[in-house]
Amino acid sequence: MRISLRVNGGTHETDVWEGESLLFALRERLGLPGSKNACEQGECGSCSVLLDGKLVCSCLVLAAQAAGHEVVTVEGLAQDGRLHRVQEAFVAAGAVQCGFCTPGLVVAAADLLGKNAYPGDDEIREALSGNLCRCTGYAKIFDAVRSTGGTL
Amino acid sequence: MPKVTGEFAYSSDLSAAGMLWGHTLRSPHAHARILEIDIAGALSMPGVHAVLTHEDVPGTKLYGLEFADQPVLAVDRVRYFGEPVALVAAEHPEQARRAAERIRVEYEPLPPVVDPERATEEEPLHPGRPTAGHGYRDDPRPNIVRSLVIRHGDPDAEGDVSVSGVYEVGVQDQAFLGPESGLAVPDGDGGVDIYVATQWLHVDRDQVAPCLDLRPEQVRIHLAGVGGAFGGREDLSMQIHGALLALHTKRPVKIVYSREESFVGHIHRHPAKIWAEHRATKDGKLVNVRVRILLDGGAYASSSTAVTSNAASFACGPYSVENALVESTCVYTNNPPCGAMRGFGAVQVCFAHEAQMDKLAQELDIDPIELRLLNALGPGGSLPTGQKVTGTLPVADVIRRAAAMPTPAPEELPRDPIRLPGGSGNTTRGEGVKRGVGFAVGFKNIGYSEGFDDFTAARVKMRADGGAEVHCAAAEVGQGVAGVILQVARTELGTDDVVLAPHTTATVASAGSASASRMTWMASGAVRDACRAALEERERTGGRDVDVERTYRHPRTTPLDPETGQVTGERSHVAYACAAMRVVAEVDVELGLTRVVWIGTAQDVGAAMNPQAVTGQIEGGTAQGLGLALMEEIQTRDGLITNASFTDYLIPTTLDMPPVVSELVEEPEPDAPYGVKGVGEPPTVVSTAAIVAALRAATGRDLTRVPVKPDDIVGL
Repeated sequence: MRISLRVNGGTHETDVWEGESLLFALRERLGLPGSKNACEQGECGSCSVLLDGKLVCSCLVLAAQAAGHEVVTVEGLAQDGRLHRVQEAFVAAGAVQCGFCTPGLVVAAADLLGKNAYPGDDEIREALSGNLCRCTGYAKIFDAVRSTGGTL
Repeated sequence: MPKVTGEFAYSSDLSAAGMLWGHTLRSPHAHARILEIDIAGALSMPGVHAVLTHEDVPGTKLYGLEFADQPVLAVDRVRYFGEPVALVAAEHPEQARRAAERIRVEYEPLPPVVDPERATEEEPLHPGRPTAGHGYRDDPRPNIVRSLVIRHGDPDAEGDVSVSGVYEVGVQDQAFLGPESGLAVPDGDGGVDIYVATQWLHVDRDQVAPCLDLRPEQVRIHLAGVGGAFGGREDLSMQIHGALLALHTKRPVKIVYSREESFVGHIHRHPAKIWAEHRATKDGKLVNVRVRILLDGGAYASSSTAVTSNAASFACGPYSVENALVESTCVYTNNPPCGAMRGFGAVQVCFAHEAQMDKLAQELDIDPIELRLLNALGPGGSLPTGQKVTGTLPVADVIRRAAAMPTPAPEELPRDPIRLPGGSGNTTRGEGVKRGVGFAVGFKNIGYSEGFDDFTAARVKMRADGGAEVHCAAAEVGQGVAGVILQVARTELGTDDVVLAPHTTATVASAGSASASRMTWMASGAVRDACRAALEERERTGGRDVDVERTYRHPRTTPLDPETGQVTGERSHVAYACAAMRVVAEVDVELGLTRVVWIGTAQDVGAAMNPQAVTGQIEGGTAQGLGLALMEEIQTRDGLITNASFTDYLIPTTLDMPPVVSELVEEPEPDAPYGVKGVGEPPTVVSTAAIVAALRAATGRDLTRVPVKPDDIVGL
């Protein structure tokens, strides 16, 4: 079937098979592989995107369901060639090792900070608990998010 | 930087014009004879371009890291749940999956060998495999991958006191987030380029080429972005399969494992059972340590022989032990194959020797820290293999520094449930919650051991203007070796105008594996030598373009004596790194739920090249040890994995990880370039032991098996 997706402010017409997830369509149809395919069952958060401003796992949304809605992926966070502050903070804090979880965490952290400019530690823990990271033990991810608090 | 914007290309992100998708049909049985494979139904499915079986493997049918004992595609027998049986290439991944379901395989199920303690009494799973060779001890019992005995001093020596225990470690998974994946592209001349996430490009090539009946140079392996490794990418995954499909269809073929397939498609950490007896004087000096280790290697050898030996060398812990008897045995079973995972045999034995040291301290009524300091190994001391410690090994120092770290005061009640055992499950107000403090110390080797010719090559192309391009096949798996290479090259060449060329087998010789905490040391040495040679060459040629390649080797190691397990030369290991860790945990003893509150650690890191990256390794390595202590275990029933998902196989989240305070103990390693040591593994070696020690302190229970389950804590 043919659908139209609004992603990062642009409109994309694409053919999809009815069973394809939004994640698959982003990665394989639209050439936006930033959202990651770590579990494809909604457990790891690596594929996190904003759908009409709401944080979702794009692996659990059918591509066809997303038609007509506004999608923001990790590729859409940087504006005018400038990194989003969360992205800058992740680099500065050393919060990236293999980096496979990073796009999802950056989107989730940006979502948190958009709602709560000064999250406490427990709020950060709770907000990011749906994003698995296997490399960092999360310490430097906390550092990154803490350092960004209030700067948005 | 590209990793935070989503631009960094991981192995699952690749695509090519005309690309097909590959899919692997896997065995639903842990052990079965294959009577017939009928691919006709699959071939007629829409979008399908190829369906391949073992008959389509043009070269050798078997491959493996240490022994070629693993079929590319099962021939007449499957030996584990998930063993690859057939391949499909189709236009769409869903077409490939559906076609694979139409391959009809007739199996005759066989009784699986699933109890490692009885494996040597069962029919051999690899009847043709020689029992001797490779310089290992001959052990004619069936299903032995390797057995090793270390006899040191007088293995019958008696002490004033003795403590014994039996310890078990469950199967841990590397659970890297980037699933196995890659793209194979035929070159049009019969060869193939494989873009894949791996830990050792050249050893992949050397396993892939013979199976494809190609010369090594016809197979070029290129490193695609690696989404974590932790040992789980030492073995091949899609490399041969993708290449077979690509060469057969003459189209690029991409294979991406699902998470379920990843859990069954790679090797795991060896589950272990360890019987330990520690004999000591009444003052606490260790007299004799006797340890028997049984590792379940699963269906194929992978790197089990080296894990067997590593477990043996470190079985007594970082302590001076004059007399020891260590038996380490790895068996074949029909359980999931096991191989390399961060810590590589040292994790399992650390859990046992540290529990034993605490038990001995209790028996003797000596402070457990004092007991460890009294027996601490250091330079000049000997391992049970008879090897003298020649480099740095500041065991006493890491113990003292970790022990001196102040622990946080207990937090007042009431508090937010997120800071109580059970967390947001809101299972307690704090009643029944007990606090415990645990301690452990452990160590591990750096670099490959036992006479393995361990080397890394680097090539430097320097232009007349002083700018340079560095080629090194060292796999960047997230540990930061790419940054290390650039840091060394820029320092040595005295310019920031240095780029790192893509990691590939096509332009430079082997770097060895991103394993054994060796890559920083080895790559630093190779890049340093190549840079210095490039500068000399440029000087000699009067400033012209130069292109030099140099190979770095660490000090030579020698095998262990196959009968006594004693060193045959100066050393069987190159060097060591140690770490000590202090843990505060709270345990709801009524419900068996736990919360690790705080972790402090002091680690021997040689000279830290990039302290932020070093502490990142310590924090991440600690988290993996926490996972093994509290939650991570591959569950099997008759050899079939029953929890192959992140729903059922839990790894630590932000809610599970406490703050980790790291102190870097910097004593430059004399044999290493710039004094560096590997840092990735020691935190994983020690943290499982330290966390369980804290749980024991909180509960008063023995807790001899990890992961510790609520039932173990409550005593059900």
